[in-house]
Amino acid sequence: MTLAAPLPAEPAPPSARPDEARPAEIRAKAAVEDLSFWYGPKQVLFSISMPVAEGCVTALIGPSGCGKSTFLRCFNRMHDLYPGNRYAGRILLEPEGIDIIGPKTDPMVPRMRIGMVFQKPNPFPKSIYENVAAGLRIRGVRSRTVLDAQVEKSLRRAALWEEVKDRLHASAHTLSGGQQQRLCIARALAPEPELLLLDEPTSALDPIATAHIEELIDELSRRYTIVVVTHNMQQAARISRFTAFFHLGRLIEFGPTEEVFTRPRETMTQDYITGRFG
Amino acid sequence: MSETGLPTTDGRRLIAAARRRDLLFAGIGLAVLFVATAVLLALVLDLVITGAPHIDLDFLTSYPSRRASRAGILPAWVGTGLVMLVTAALAIPFGIAAGLYLEEYAPRNRVTDVIEINITNLAGVPSIIYGLLALGVFVYGFRLGETILVAGMVLALLVLPVIVVATREALRSIPREVREAAFALGADKWQTVSMYLLPAARPGILTGIIVALARAIGETAPLVTIGALTFIAFLPPPPITAQPPFVSFEWLGSPFTVLPIQMFNWISRPQAAFHELAAAAGVVLLVMTLAMNGLAIYIRYRARRLLG
Repeated sequence: MTLAAPLPAEPAPPSARPDEARPAEIRAKAAVEDLSFWYGPKQVLFSISMPVAEGCVTALIGPSGCGKSTFLRCFNRMHDLYPGNRYAGRILLEPEGIDIIGPKTDPMVPRMRIGMVFQKPNPFPKSIYENVAAGLRIRGVRSRTVLDAQVEKSLRRAALWEEVKDRLHASAHTLSGGQQQRLCIARALAPEPELLLLDEPTSALDPIATAHIEELIDELSRRYTIVVVTHNMQQAARISRFTAFFHLGRLIEFGPTEEVFTRPRETMTQDYITGRFG
Repeated sequence: MSETGLPTTDGRRLIAAARRRDLLFAGIGLAVLFVATAVLLALVLDLVITGAPHIDLDFLTSYPSRRASRAGILPAWVGTGLVMLVTAALAIPFGIAAGLYLEEYAPRNRVTDVIEINITNLAGVPSIIYGLLALGVFVYGFRLGETILVAGMVLALLVLPVIVVATREALRSIPREVREAAFALGADKWQTVSMYLLPAARPGILTGIIVALARAIGETAPLVTIGALTFIAFLPPPPITAQPPFVSFEWLGSPFTVLPIQMFNWISRPQAAFHELAAAAGVVLLVMTLAMNGLAIYIRYRARRLLG
């Protein structure tokens, strides 16, 4: 499936023209079709349609309260943890085209295949090792050799191995904020997710730790499909290949990052990225 | 008035006033604390001074007697220990399970609302009411008799709400990020609860257990109501036996007494010598309570250290 395919002709947002200047080999890892979402009686997402390109970083930007985090949390059904929330539309997880938010889909199905890193570093109150091994233990992996190997591999990919290899069994809370966030990334990577969701992963970190994480995201994008929410436009421009701009629960513009930042089609996008509001 | 229209205030005066207020409150707090601690200390000290000279091996290993010089508390402290064992074995798992269910599994509807309100209220029901209930239901209804089992059951019922509420509070205080992280990794509910929530809630739950068991060990009224003996000259059958299967539960069906009842019995006698024995039994009860709490605090400390 090419990127163009999952975008329905109707009711696509007027700005979505996903066909230009894009190598043909990019495929969609997920396709959002006409997604709406309600917190109780309050609708917060309105008919959103966009693809998530496989093997690329897609950035979701927009002012606070625009629904970008809410949108991200639809992908792994986080909203199911709280009562009164409602989805409409479809999010198809490729290649099989499973509807993530379909009423017949168990929320555990997408969660098994999609990893998530949260805004605030949230390691479990356990050792560094156990944090990374958590996803594997949940999947019933018992073998010490498999666990050891996967923990090391994930920590290496999260660029944390060198710093923690001598104290794997120390509490995760002894790490600094930036290290904790990389630990959370390692934890998300350990079960080998097909898609990685990052919800403002650097908003609680200082500039140096942020730079680390950004480098890491760049590195990871060679191997994983990543969707990252950020309130930092420079960050979106630096690390993403595609950018989606949200405002008041609507997708205003979606396209290759270069185009969105240099030649936005919508004046609202233009205003936001030039700092006129938000 | 300054140009801005705000009253010009002397910062130093405000700060001095704030200091005075803080000092005043700290002073009141200290005074209250001192009075409360002093009264408690005086009580304990009086108990120890009166009772301690009577505590020796004979006192701990003798049965009660009509003569004060030969009387001991063997059946009483053994009874207290065994009753607490039953209470803990019942109240801890049931209390944690109920709290867990209410907090994590129960749907939010009117039925759970009613249950919640009732559990909170149950913690305030006078213990004698529980004694009456146990007498009617366990002793006469189920024909369990005036036994250690029934005593443990009634005390477990009595302190169950404390453990339920503590469990719920402990679970509720876990940041929701921990819960979300577990679910996002693909965990099911039971995995989230057993692998991440319960370990994180352990210190809070243990505090609840300490409070609950400390309340149970000093209870007298419900045990008197179900017919605990006040004079007993034998021990319950031992829980560990020489023959296979080495464990016996016969003691559950045995009549019993406990330390508070033994104390009450001695206090109500006219002879002063028995009053001193009551104080000695009180010291033993205190030591047992402190030992139990010490153990729980140690476990909680270990749990906290693991949590980092």
